[in-house]
Amino acid sequence: MKHTFDAIIVGSGGSGLYAALEVSAKAKTAVLSKVYPVRSHTGAAQGGISAALGNVEADDPRWHAFDTVKGGDYLVDQQAAMLMAEEAVQAVYDLENRGLPFNRTPDGRIDQRRFGGHTRNFGEAPVRRACYAADRTGHMILQTLYQQCIKNGVHFYDEYQVLDLALKDNQCAGVVALQLSTGEIHVFEAKTVLFATGGFGRMFKITSNAYANTGDGPAICARRGIPLQDMEFFQFHPTGIKGLGILISEAVRGEGGILRNNRNERFMARFAPTLLDLAPRDMVSRAIMTEIRSGNGIRGDRKIDDYVHLDATHLGKETLQSKLPDITDFCKTYLGIDPAENPIPVLPTAHYGMGGIPTDTHGRVVIDNKGTLIHGLYAVGECACVSVHGANRLGTNSLLDLVVFGRRAGRHMADYVNHGDPAGIATDATDFSREWITRLTAKKKGPHGGRIFDKMQRTMMEKVGIYRTETHMARAVGEIQTLRERYMMVRAEDRRNAFNTDLLELIELGNLLDLSLITAVSALNRRESRGAHSREDYPDRDDPQWLKHTLARLEKDDVGLTYKDVDVSLWKPKPRTY
Amino acid sequence: MDIILKIRRFNPETDTESRYQDFRIEAEPDERILDVLMRIKRFQDGTLGFRKSCAHGVCGSDAMRINGKDRLACKTLVRDVAQHGEESVLIEPLRHLPVERDLIVDQTAFFERFRSVKPFLINKEPPPERERLQSPKERMAFDDATNCILCSACFSACPILEENQSFLGPAAVVQAFRFLADSRDKGFEERLPVLNASDGVWPCQNHFECTRACPRAIKITKRINETKRMIEAYQKSQSENK
Repeated sequence: MKHTFDAIIVGSGGSGLYAALEVSAKAKTAVLSKVYPVRSHTGAAQGGISAALGNVEADDPRWHAFDTVKGGDYLVDQQAAMLMAEEAVQAVYDLENRGLPFNRTPDGRIDQRRFGGHTRNFGEAPVRRACYAADRTGHMILQTLYQQCIKNGVHFYDEYQVLDLALKDNQCAGVVALQLSTGEIHVFEAKTVLFATGGFGRMFKITSNAYANTGDGPAICARRGIPLQDMEFFQFHPTGIKGLGILISEAVRGEGGILRNNRNERFMARFAPTLLDLAPRDMVSRAIMTEIRSGNGIRGDRKIDDYVHLDATHLGKETLQSKLPDITDFCKTYLGIDPAENPIPVLPTAHYGMGGIPTDTHGRVVIDNKGTLIHGLYAVGECACVSVHGANRLGTNSLLDLVVFGRRAGRHMADYVNHGDPAGIATDATDFSREWITRLTAKKKGPHGGRIFDKMQRTMMEKVGIYRTETHMARAVGEIQTLRERYMMVRAEDRRNAFNTDLLELIELGNLLDLSLITAVSALNRRESRGAHSREDYPDRDDPQWLKHTLARLEKDDVGLTYKDVDVSLWKPKPRTY
Repeated sequence: MDIILKIRRFNPETDTESRYQDFRIEAEPDERILDVLMRIKRFQDGTLGFRKSCAHGVCGSDAMRINGKDRLACKTLVRDVAQHGEESVLIEPLRHLPVERDLIVDQTAFFERFRSVKPFLINKEPPPERERLQSPKERMAFDDATNCILCSACFSACPILEENQSFLGPAAVVQAFRFLADSRDKGFEERLPVLNASDGVWPCQNHFECTRACPRAIKITKRINETKRMIEAYQKSQSENK
């Protein structure tokens, strides 16, 4: 079936919904989402959204921008970070005005708390910048934006899996999607398309990410010749529940929680003397792994699944219940412990992709170092790379990214639909999608996807994880290439049309395999350590050689790399200490 | 240990009615039922249909009936339903919504009722330049109602819906209460017709099944009763003003 709209939004998390609110007011818009909108992974974000409101102590957007740049190990485009920090203030007020139930100060203003890497006066001491709603800030943002979409009558296509992007020369023509309830392929013709498909943490074995986080937007762009930026930078959050990877918010440390090793030592004092447990996530994750490798993990056996303790027992039941109720609930449900009485066993968990579809600050997709655009194509949120997170994102800046750039992209799209002619979708637009699905559901014998999925996740976790080396990454590239060959033989066991979730998983697997390859090749080639990309064979940051963004193009079974300048117009790169 | 998942299956393209299928599978006591379902799907039977996403109880995708109780598969551990091995665990789709395939139900009716209560902040006064002020006490007045993840577990658990399929249902009332009790909201009269209709809040008879089922610990029955009291207080003040 064919549908025609002015604007199509793919994805219904925070950035997609915000953009939808803006563009739908002025143009015929539809939102496609693989899950019901309220199921999106924005809802799992816990700790807060940063803005220099100064409600509880002095703050300044310039400090916020600087922290973002330094936190990103100077791979951040600095004007973009400044813009985000400045627009953050109004963005948070807008959310509140639309009904978001933030926690409040005694005088009725939005309450704020500490978070990793956020400081006052360019690094002096932690600052209370994170606006929050208990430990469910993402849930509240998602709910509030969905409520506003209902109020404004935004048109949704729920449970549609996007399969392909239609381009005509350098212009966007629409997307192709699979309706999960019927198995029917739909063509959505539109002058402008926004990808807001979220993260791709499911390429790793232990992750805080949802099953749905399979990088559908970036993978589709990569197959259509659009390069992906900085994919080697993948953040491991320091505190996932041991074994499960479920996120334990940085807000636990923001409220005073302390990481301890098997000697009950506050080991972060050795790694970050000023910010201690509130150092940026890449540093804390490395510190934890270093402790474990030195035999200071709780078991002390130096194995990679050893763990450390996150101690929140001194915070008291009342603070835990009022400010961290979900964390308390997760600990009780999955660990059978009360964090008011026992420390939480934690281990880093794959959490956030800093890289993605390259865009400018309007969300427009830019494909090279010269600013060449794909006209009408936009990307926002975790699937995009502006780049405001550089080599390592600060906590709370992801929710901010969604809101600020979701709004900017939506507004720009609304303007764009009034200019120029539609590209017009080609008659063969569905060919690629049909061939893909026909192959996956053909009545032939072939391996099932489960084992390939498992092998991909183990390879990426073990060889392209927190600490990286040439040997391991080279092996990972080979293994992923082999898995991609095996994927060509994979067959779904399920050949029905209605809710064929077996087929859906295989489509997602194909996307993750492509992104795994791009990630591994980008990482192998960057011979330095910066932010979340930490190489044992090149332990130092190397600005003369590597202060540049990676642009990785998928070329059949290989990846071609070029590089792009970083905007360092505000602050000169300096060594990164906390 | 080995457990047996007895799963209710239905495929609209091949089946005229549902049937039960046993899957024998090794499971650890600390695993989530969702982990076990995923292993069945990836390594035993790819045709098994169910929804899932966040896998830790915040997205609301995987509500289903486990041993006759409405729960999230990702918030139910194997040890909650099987301690010794060899136990059979019954897995069925939610009630009161049409089954689309296996454990997947059509939630259209559920979301229609949610939308009918105007679940968004209604306040026509222009906002101040900064935030609208709200005291911590005013904020906490509707706190637990903001937890709702629209999973439909309460809708399935509700005994009233067995007899009266047009009842608004627990989640929609909670979502209305979330705004009625918010000091910033001015939408009581706009929501009143739906809430005060014969199929609105009134059919609830305090069975507390919704409260027991809620994976987000919302005191649903209490919120429904508070909503009833608000309507009664409003009606009383209206008649006194006449």
